[in-house]
Amino acid sequence: MITLNHYLVLSAILFSLGTLGVLTRRNAIVIFMSVELMLNAVNLTFISFSSYLGNLDGQVFVFFVMAVAAAEAAVGLALMIAFHRNKDSIDVEEFNLLKW
Amino acid sequence: MENLVQFVSKNLEQGAEPFKGIADAGQATVNFSAIMPSMVLTCFGLLLLMVVAFSPKGKSGPVAGLSLFALAVTGALSIAGWNSTEIGFVGTVALDNFATFFSLIFLLAAGLTILMSGDYLKREGCTITEYYPIIIFVTAGAMWMASGTELITIFLGLEVLSIGLYILAGIFRNNLKSNEAGLKYFLLGAFSTGFLLYGIALTYGATGTTRLAGIASYISANGDVTSSPLLLAGMVLMAVGFLFKVGAAPFHMWTPDVYQGAPTPITAFMSAGPKAAALAAFIRVFMLGLEGMKVDWSMLFWIVAVLTMIVGNFMAIQQTNLKRMLAYSSIAHAGYALVGLVAANAIGMSGILFYMLVYTFMNIGAFGVLVLIGKKGEENLTLDGVAGMGYKSPVLAVVFSIFLFALMGIPPTAGFTGKFYIFAGAVESGYIWLAIIGVLNSAVSLYYYLRVMVSMYFRPGTEDFSWIKPGAAITVSLVIALAGVLYLGILPGAVMEMAKLAAF
Repeated sequence: MITLNHYLVLSAILFSLGTLGVLTRRNAIVIFMSVELMLNAVNLTFISFSSYLGNLDGQVFVFFVMAVAAAEAAVGLALMIAFHRNKDSIDVEEFNLLKW
Repeated sequence: MENLVQFVSKNLEQGAEPFKGIADAGQATVNFSAIMPSMVLTCFGLLLLMVVAFSPKGKSGPVAGLSLFALAVTGALSIAGWNSTEIGFVGTVALDNFATFFSLIFLLAAGLTILMSGDYLKREGCTITEYYPIIIFVTAGAMWMASGTELITIFLGLEVLSIGLYILAGIFRNNLKSNEAGLKYFLLGAFSTGFLLYGIALTYGATGTTRLAGIASYISANGDVTSSPLLLAGMVLMAVGFLFKVGAAPFHMWTPDVYQGAPTPITAFMSAGPKAAALAAFIRVFMLGLEGMKVDWSMLFWIVAVLTMIVGNFMAIQQTNLKRMLAYSSIAHAGYALVGLVAANAIGMSGILFYMLVYTFMNIGAFGVLVLIGKKGEENLTLDGVAGMGYKSPVLAVVFSIFLFALMGIPPTAGFTGKFYIFAGAVESGYIWLAIIGVLNSAVSLYYYLRVMVSMYFRPGTEDFSWIKPGAAITVSLVIALAGVLYLGILPGAVMEMAKLAAF
């Protein structure tokens, strides 16, 4: 029997994996994919709570999160393309103009 | 159709789940007047996008003027709604004095920014006129954040604001610094959104609702939930998300890089409007939704406020680039604002509202002066770059000095009155040490602000500053900012009364 706890633990693991990916990866696109993993872990949390509580707010939230993530992806990839045109790389090690 | 009506009314009688919010809010109607100002602003934004799309390339035409008109109309609508609370969309949006006061701050910030943008964009060779509509959309997002009384609304407002700002920070496509600022802001912003959302999800799981009023009533009805790990983790993660947007330590790392790389008017806007929006949502969520957990979060924010003030001020000391220095100073100012949140009493809350208004005037003013001083590429915005400006361009140097005095918090400028109310709130709530640390930090900040003035007046410069030619629009913007700083410094009473009515 799969209970609420199983879903919560799974989403916590996915969220941690996403966080770890953001902190350790060097390629901007892979970092962005890790962020998407975090968002999807959150979606899983919302849906499992929604089903557990018998309340639709969580599922509504998931639709909004997906819409926002799509908009974010459009803008983010455009920014990456602009950066790549000027620098021929999207390695975050190349983000070195602005620092103290 | 009839069946549906019957179904709905039957459900309503039974108080079934999907309609639970109606009972919470006591308002079943959609009530468009609750979103009237932001709706009008959004429509203007869409219209402006059309104008941009159909104007010849590189010709902004009437876009800047129309944007200002849109902001003015929205401002008039907001002011007309002062003192009348409109609740709409089954209790997810509330247009109360709090939302109106913050909306006026955002509109003012956007207006001052648009006024100083025209000449700047021309100088930097930017032909992307979508710049203005995006500012309009960011402002609308900020207004939704301030008026949202439900976590979905607040989240959507936050994202509309953030996505717009990612574009604006990176809008100079051929400038590597701007690219880098936009991309850094995007990656870290999306990362922090993940934390905010996870916090919201856990809070939803613990309380069963995303409505702030519902969360508050659940917490007061079930006292033991305050020690549940689910709700505590949710609260901390939400705080992380909001603190990132406010630019508080230890989540401030993006601030200096993004502020330095972004176009200067956008930096000015970012440091005033969106910061105030994040604080507004912060106050709503924590004072309205999670008030039952005040014991937990006031301790957390005490630490964050102290850390933010110290990091901001001490890092600012080391900077030679003026934009970067003002970025660190904006971190420090976020720390002062958080002091008011820790105090969590009437004077502290109205102090935050008043301070954000003051900060809008003084910070946008200071950045406006930087817009004028900069040459193309802005390599000269350093301490050395302004050497000798006090004699070559005396009026601008005096104006800059007044804004810097205001940022320091020296009377009779508004910076003093703003800090005074916030620290008074902290003392009233018994956080005397917090107030003392805040005042000591203000003293530290004297060092790096005064250093700019020393450079302007006491160091020989090689430049003649002949490139400084203030246009009409930016002059208007600086005059408004200057008038605001002096008026709120000398006669703060009337506006402070408004802030008191707006705070809760």
